[in-house]
Amino acid sequence: MSGAELWRLSARALAAAVRAGECTAEEAVSAGWEDPAQEWEGDVHAIVHADRAARTAGAAAAALSARGTDEARPLAGVPVVVKDNLCTRDYPTTCCSRILEDYRPPYDATVVRRLRDAGAVVTGKGNMDEFAMGSSTEYSCYGPTRNPYDLSRVPGGSSGGPAAAVAYGLAPLGLGTDTGGSVRQPAAFCGVLGLKPTYGRLSRYGVVAFGSSLEQVGIFARHTGDLALAYALLAGEDPFDATSRPGAVPDVSGWDTGVEGLRFGWPANLWREGVDAEVVAGLEEAAGALERAGARRVPLDFLPGEYSVASYYLVATAEASSNLARFDGVRYGRRHEASPDLHSLYTRTRGSGFGREVRRRILLGTYALSAGYYDAYYLEAQRARARIRLEHQAAFARCDLLLLPVAPSLPFRLGEKTEEPLAMYLSDIFTIGANLAGVPGLSVPLPPAAGGLPRAVQLVGPEDGEGLLLRAARALEMRGDRSRLERRNEAEFAWPSRR
Amino acid sequence: MGIRREEVRHVAELARLELPEDELERVAAELSAVLDYVRALDRLDLEGCEPPSFASPLSPLREDRVDERRLAPGEALAMAPQADGSFFVVPPVVENLEP
Repeated sequence: MSGAELWRLSARALAAAVRAGECTAEEAVSAGWEDPAQEWEGDVHAIVHADRAARTAGAAAAALSARGTDEARPLAGVPVVVKDNLCTRDYPTTCCSRILEDYRPPYDATVVRRLRDAGAVVTGKGNMDEFAMGSSTEYSCYGPTRNPYDLSRVPGGSSGGPAAAVAYGLAPLGLGTDTGGSVRQPAAFCGVLGLKPTYGRLSRYGVVAFGSSLEQVGIFARHTGDLALAYALLAGEDPFDATSRPGAVPDVSGWDTGVEGLRFGWPANLWREGVDAEVVAGLEEAAGALERAGARRVPLDFLPGEYSVASYYLVATAEASSNLARFDGVRYGRRHEASPDLHSLYTRTRGSGFGREVRRRILLGTYALSAGYYDAYYLEAQRARARIRLEHQAAFARCDLLLLPVAPSLPFRLGEKTEEPLAMYLSDIFTIGANLAGVPGLSVPLPPAAGGLPRAVQLVGPEDGEGLLLRAARALEMRGDRSRLERRNEAEFAWPSRR
Repeated sequence: MGIRREEVRHVAELARLELPEDELERVAAELSAVLDYVRALDRLDLEGCEPPSFASPLSPLREDRVDERRLAPGEALAMAPQADGSFFVVPPVVENLEP
């Protein structure tokens, strides 16, 4: 099997080929770099740390472990792109920030270790907005990532690098983090699947913290089956993460069992204004496809997203101001050289090491937590968060999942929102609710818009509802035609084309 | 409710963040815009909504466990901007040690 075919395969098909000896782990790992990356990476800039020696060593380890074991190495030789805020021993982990330039963690994040245990190989660190603060991957100290479907547009963010890499074919799987939509929105902009699991379901050990009560590691994939497999491998309690969710992991093996009788909530009040016509058309299309597959639409009213945005930008920034206090130029990262005393070492290191958006959020969070403003801002935002949770619970008493937009628009142009922080924040208006409520959300690609740009819808479920989300995603993936996918060995994917 | 230039200076000091003087005005305007927006929360009925004290209602108390994994001193110091083999090195913390 040649590299030209290998990089197009699903993760499951690729691992099966490695286990059957149809290709080597080395070939599987280098396939993405030899073909699509050589054509795309220079323009798209999805990857910030790549290392041929690390890839080769990873492939060698995978090859060794794959021998003679079918079930034990379900991702044997599968390349995975990992966001740059997930700790990896063999690559720098910089959060795309000057303050962590050249930082190399002495350990792997739990999710990275679990990937490697399953036989997967990390083949690059994905670009991101600095410390995951942004919605376009433009606030990276390494420069922006571009959308492979239109290089003048953003890939979304903050996990834009892994999303774009999975979209153009560098790897069939990617990992990001989702604090307010940072996996789902770039997945939507890049035409791939993006799952934010239930809060606590995937370990946060080794994830550089930003908003600890909100964030989850999320998964990018091109196929629902790959996503189900990766979720099953990564989910589960971790003694090294005190917030990891105890109890049985939701069984997602039924991802291909259909949606007969499933009730999906249809809160049309949310898109009556401020949402692009193409996004609304996509929602109608998805609802129709789910109905044809046997699901039932339940119209309901839902709390407008502006309250979620308001609550989020106080809670998340407050947590960020506390979490980012650890970057002080003492134990790791960059230190400002001209620092005669400890106070100026702190202020200069942090002032010069953090970018504009990160500084803005630290200041906002510090303000919201400071004496005299704590009750008016932080406490009120936390009470609103409780209300938003109740709102989700009430909805899930009436339906099994919610059908929502991912973002109010299709991918926007580079530079369009970087000078207006609030406009950037509002691109997360439909994704933030799931983070505040701690429930799972999944961005599912639809056929592209007339102009060729990716479109998507979001499915949001109750806690531990990942299985339901995957079943509905599968129904949308087939769009009523199972044979189309089966004929092509799950390998069909709407690849971006060169303009 | 806006935030004034002097308040930005104060908050930056609390956050140990050096901000150039010529940025204070712009940052004050940007933060004010966001603070205006979050006033939307005043319109929300929060009767009976108590702030959650933890991230997940399922996060239980756990028994104490000893973490056997630890970093060797060399590993912990390896990424330090300045170290002397057993300590992190920082500029003087106490002034005028010499009489």
